[in-house]
Amino acid sequence: MASVWIPSLLRDLTGGISELDVPGQTIREVIDSLDERFPGMRDRLCDQERIRPNIAVVVDGLRSQHGMRERVNADSEVHFVPAISGG
Amino acid sequence: MTTIELEQSVVADTPQTGKQYDVIGTRPIRHDGYDKVTGRALYGADIRLNDMLYGKVLRSPHAHARILSIDTSRALALPGVKAIVTTTDLPSLESVVSRVGEGAVNWRYLSNNILANDKVLYHGHAVAAVAATSMSIAEEAISLIQVEYELLPVVTTVQQAVQPDAPILLEELRTSELGAKGEAMTNIASHDQFLRGDLERGFAEATAIVEREFITSTVHQGYIEPHSATAIWGTDGLITIWTSTQGAHDARRQAAEVLQLPVSRIKVVPMEIGGGFGGKTVIYLEPVAALLSQKSGNRPVQLTMTRWDVLAGTGPTSGSVIKVKMGADKKGRITAAQASLTYAAGAYPGSPVGAAMAVIFNPYNLENVQVDGYDVVTNTPRAAAYRAPGGTNAAFASESVIDELASRLGIDPLQIRHINGAKEGDRRVDGPLVRRIGYLETVEKAQASAHYQSPLPAPSSPGRKVGRGVASGWWGNWPGGTSSVSVVVNNDGAVTLIEGSTDIGGSRVAMAMQLAETLGLQASDIKPLVVDTDSVGYNDVTAGSRTTYATGIAVYKAGLRIIDLMRERAAEFWDVDISTVQFDNGVISARDRRLSFKELARSLGDGNGNIVASVSISPNGDGVALATHIVDVEVDTGTGKVQILRYTAIQDVGTAIHPAYVEGQMQGGAAQGIGWALNEEYVYDQQGHLLNGSMLDYRIPTALDLPMIDAIMVETPNPTHPFGVRGVGEVPIVPPAGAIANAIHNAIGVRMEVLPMSPRRVLEAMWAQK
Amino acid sequence: MSQKQIVQATINGEPVEFLCESRQSLLEVLRDVLRLTGTKEGCNNGNCGACNVILDGVLVNSCLVLAVEVQGHTVTTIEGIAPPKGLHPLQQKFLEHAALQCGICTPGFIVSAKALLDQNPHPSEHEVRHWLAGNLCRCTGYDKIVRAVLDAADVMSVEAR
Repeated sequence: MASVWIPSLLRDLTGGISELDVPGQTIREVIDSLDERFPGMRDRLCDQERIRPNIAVVVDGLRSQHGMRERVNADSEVHFVPAISGG
Repeated sequence: MTTIELEQSVVADTPQTGKQYDVIGTRPIRHDGYDKVTGRALYGADIRLNDMLYGKVLRSPHAHARILSIDTSRALALPGVKAIVTTTDLPSLESVVSRVGEGAVNWRYLSNNILANDKVLYHGHAVAAVAATSMSIAEEAISLIQVEYELLPVVTTVQQAVQPDAPILLEELRTSELGAKGEAMTNIASHDQFLRGDLERGFAEATAIVEREFITSTVHQGYIEPHSATAIWGTDGLITIWTSTQGAHDARRQAAEVLQLPVSRIKVVPMEIGGGFGGKTVIYLEPVAALLSQKSGNRPVQLTMTRWDVLAGTGPTSGSVIKVKMGADKKGRITAAQASLTYAAGAYPGSPVGAAMAVIFNPYNLENVQVDGYDVVTNTPRAAAYRAPGGTNAAFASESVIDELASRLGIDPLQIRHINGAKEGDRRVDGPLVRRIGYLETVEKAQASAHYQSPLPAPSSPGRKVGRGVASGWWGNWPGGTSSVSVVVNNDGAVTLIEGSTDIGGSRVAMAMQLAETLGLQASDIKPLVVDTDSVGYNDVTAGSRTTYATGIAVYKAGLRIIDLMRERAAEFWDVDISTVQFDNGVISARDRRLSFKELARSLGDGNGNIVASVSISPNGDGVALATHIVDVEVDTGTGKVQILRYTAIQDVGTAIHPAYVEGQMQGGAAQGIGWALNEEYVYDQQGHLLNGSMLDYRIPTALDLPMIDAIMVETPNPTHPFGVRGVGEVPIVPPAGAIANAIHNAIGVRMEVLPMSPRRVLEAMWAQK
Repeated sequence: MSQKQIVQATINGEPVEFLCESRQSLLEVLRDVLRLTGTKEGCNNGNCGACNVILDGVLVNSCLVLAVEVQGHTVTTIEGIAPPKGLHPLQQKFLEHAALQCGICTPGFIVSAKALLDQNPHPSEHEVRHWLAGNLCRCTGYDKIVRAVLDAADVMSVEAR
């Protein structure tokens, strides 16, 4: 199961849990699993069917280009960080 | 390049350490250089079309006001005036946030920034625009437009804007905290946070703790070419826009959204660009020029900003308030770090505070850390990206505090950075694990440099004091986005490279060199062309230090396809099985037969179908960049003026494709950082009027303000690029302000807590210390 | 509209006659009337040097000269710097040293540097920096520009021998 790091501002939903293993082979499935366990999580991370534009998904240190469709491996580490725009 | 493995994946799995290249690492003359040194190159405002009208934008004289009415009748009656547009000519847009390039854009806010809707939110906010038969008539016409305003109270700084009773800029705004919305009206658009470890324990373990608050001014990108857009709204409904932009496709998308048209109705023709630094990733004039063309009977309309328009109406990057608290044990290990960053977004949400939150501590491996970031709207121009957006101010704060910790603990300032420096496998402040980086190497190179090893020079006169400072910087380059290229082999063996990535500082030659390396040719054999949005696949902006990396991968992959096609043709030509045809270093061979790339291209001629390859990719590699800078300054204790005596920039550059242009990025970034550190700032009066809207008063560095800037390149090849490229453009602007502040402290014993460290600020800090 | 004036001048070695309004700057006429767009506008108030041209041997900001003032005078713009074939040594050295990035300030720098070398063929680094302080570049940090000018001066003095 992928290891998902919960941003501190979402730990109100997880009762303070900051990191946990979550089933899922894509980011969509990971978020669905999270939402099942911690209702409301999907709304915080997603705007309808997409990751919020100001959030970047980082899987194994690389920023995802595929949003909800990004593949996640069993030993992957998933982070949700602010989207950075460069000049 | 000695061999090319044909089956090699696009994103190489192994680092290219030690590879010897034939073209990469050399310094050929750039293809577009000849036109640029002879005045032939055409920039945004250089295009002249038949029957062209000249446009001018009316800008708000107030920093915050409600627009009660706009009367254009007198202006329209002026002979020579052909069209006027105001906000009512723009479609009304929903408040929807979309991802554009690397960032996010609220389309309604973008539209309202292009032409103010119900309110003007800053001095210089565009209100209306005129097209006329001459510029002088257009200028007279805008003076005849009568706008009735109801003045509103003004907030130009984040300190004012976050007060509970502050005047509200955007009535619909609520503070967003990762998807959760606040209840009350506010100027705080968002709050974000990184939190890990146990701060209390970390500070308890510290031998020394330093806590300071830093204030930095709003600054502008300062490109020398003002924005310009020329548009024709054709009678067929198709729109052509000539403009200088960091991304023609991105400009097309933004213009299409603002005009509510399908993207294919618009063609953007990229002109040469006279600097951007992030500021030309945003559109201002393009939809206005198109609408003026439509309203003036489909005549071409050119809109070019004045320098005041540029400073008052575009850019800038955020002023900020940054609090930093750090503790370290007696060995110099940082035990806890805490920061709060409040950034001015200007008129609409979207400061670079999210990036700044990562920049502030990411050179270091920290266990106990908290970073809070606040995006705050103010009555200043809507912030646009500026080279490593948000990074310079963040690093100014953190690098000053680390320096102070080092001096309290009696540790060399480079040594404390080495003790805490991040390396592969450590955890970044924003969460993810650190991938391969050369940060420690930049510190080691700095320690060993002739500069750091040499003594400080003696002061040039008794009232002056000299000092040395160092600082590091991190930037999370954007190794993503989409890049598309097409490659055509001509029958004389030359190769045309069709790309869509804006060339701001030598990217054509960097692309040509990567293709030449792949094909075993010389850079001069490649003809790189940057073409319009109808002539190549989608390309993201030249920004985020992405182009040499991402477009470079596209070029490499297209080169591999060309090699396969050449092998196929050779097999047909020689009537042998393709598996027997080898390609090695520009030579195609099968058993005893051999032809060079050019010979084969000539032999094939034009009659058998061209050899053409097109590639579009969206890589998601890793591109973190790190730098360490050293600076010597002389402070005049009578006037407070700081002179840069010597400057050395050390940077992990991955693989330098064209080292001269990599050095140029390092030198140019350092120079911009020096300007930010010492001179540059927006000066507003109490009513929010911009007081220094000219080059002379804004005061970017001149040749006389700077010494030579030594660039030391550390090459730690990036494993996610076939040649090891790492983005190099942005990170060199991150360390300068911190390094200079530390040098000033070294010289006069005063910790600067404000940018710019102008003579007045330095004197005030000296007096405050006494 | 005010009545236009006829102006006769020598521009880049050629006799030129043009019509302009009294209020028009030399910069505006070069770009919009004569279509010599190599001379750039960065500020239109003499701050940035992108529009520099040589007027009777004197370096001027063309945005601060009225077009009617060049009646009977000689103007050299960036388009007139190169010899009939090839490049001026300054242009060649700017290319070799990668002394340009975006290139918008380059015409002004080359014209200014030409005016410097015309009167001081062996400038020191400080003299180059002092002379070019009226030309703003935002991309390069000036390092490679200064090196290119010093190198061009060396090459020209060898050629002159």
